[in-house]
Amino acid sequence: MTKSLLAQHHNLADKTTQLKILSNGIFGEGKLPTFRKKLEPLGEFPLKPNSIEIFQVNVGYMCNQVCNHCHVDAGPDRREIMTRETIDQCLEVLRKTNIHTLDLTGGAPEMNPDFRYFVEEANKAGVQDIIVRSNLTIILANPKYHDLPEFFKKNNVHVVSSLPFYQPDKTDRQRGQGVFKKSIKALQMLNAAGYGQEGSGLKLDLVYNPSGAFLPGDQAALERDFKKELKKNYDIDFNSLFAITNIPISRFLEFLIRTENYEDYMDKLVTSFNPSAVKGVMCRNTISIDYDGHMFDCDFNQMLGLKVEKQAGQHIKDFDIEKLLQRSIVINQHCYGCTAGAGSSCQGTVVVS
Amino acid sequence: MDKTYYDPADLKKFGDIAEFEPELAKKFFDYYNDVFKEGELTAREKSLIALAVSHAIQCPYCIDAYTSGSMEKGITETQMMEAVHVAAAIRGGASLVHGVQMMNKAKKLSM
Repeated sequence: MTKSLLAQHHNLADKTTQLKILSNGIFGEGKLPTFRKKLEPLGEFPLKPNSIEIFQVNVGYMCNQVCNHCHVDAGPDRREIMTRETIDQCLEVLRKTNIHTLDLTGGAPEMNPDFRYFVEEANKAGVQDIIVRSNLTIILANPKYHDLPEFFKKNNVHVVSSLPFYQPDKTDRQRGQGVFKKSIKALQMLNAAGYGQEGSGLKLDLVYNPSGAFLPGDQAALERDFKKELKKNYDIDFNSLFAITNIPISRFLEFLIRTENYEDYMDKLVTSFNPSAVKGVMCRNTISIDYDGHMFDCDFNQMLGLKVEKQAGQHIKDFDIEKLLQRSIVINQHCYGCTAGAGSSCQGTVVVS
Repeated sequence: MDKTYYDPADLKKFGDIAEFEPELAKKFFDYYNDVFKEGELTAREKSLIALAVSHAIQCPYCIDAYTSGSMEKGITETQMMEAVHVAAAIRGGASLVHGVQMMNKAKKLSM
């Protein structure tokens, strides 16, 4: 894949088309229960937030990679980017509230021209945990990014990086030819800056997500394998591995449909529904903000255009924590991705076995 | 009735065997689930053994189930194929080692 679905004028670039697929078919015909039907007997419908602790800000859909599973449909051809004005509106909220985590994502968040400003100002605002979801290869993509490890270190950024596998073939099949090699080089640069090293206080976590239509296995076992193999073959250290389930939207949905895996994958998600995972889903403590300043219950809802309930205030300039805490979370069948097995969130598994 | 013996959709109905005999089914599934828990062998190792055995007994349901299961556990494609070769080697060896019996018999019968 070299272009986004949007640039290809693919019908699945359209959010409404995706929502129709998720609402009709096997769910519309009643072959599988809707997510709502699973929540109701648990007394969890409507799904309500517990708190707002994490601000996940998507600073733009532009990326130097075009990954096959990307739920954002990100790529070099995407032009949506957060302006400094919207960044300032986010910072204003961070200064006024006790939100302890700022989670910057994209696209490649580092490609936003005001990315460094955002990080530095968030630090001044006293945000405890500033996460940057880095695709790693961006560090090597252009000389202007080569100092990113030093910038991260200086600003005590918590780096969370995607690495779908500890071997080249699966990684490159998902993320593009040559991505594994560059990712390894970038991880070594982060290690050299102190990231993932004991006692440095500089956190480097990796994200594993399955390279196909199957669920992630046990997070602890995968972490053990990743640590052993990356150390042995490349002398790389990292802190934790987050195992994340692929959510059936955007490019991953396109893959599922094209390869005739959609129905089986949804069936697997539904049969693996874990009521205990519902307690820890990330929409209960997170607000997602898009490049334009609109608010969503999560990054996936953002990509489907499902804003937070109207009465909660839908734009960052209208941020009102009380109203947001009263809201009902918007759900659809893609939510099964976060409640399957041990559950899944941007921090990995939600149920500790 | 279907005109084929195997239907991939039947794998999901495995639990339905309880419909005709619930008690034994429960005992079997409890045992089955315990077998695959992490023990002295890791869940990963057990998945690979299951994959190899699935090929030895040529059970299409088991092959589907343990290919997915192995992929979930981060087992690589090369490792899965090596496991299939282990099954093939044992099956091939089991035939060939009987060649000794054939030789014994042939030699006994021969002048």
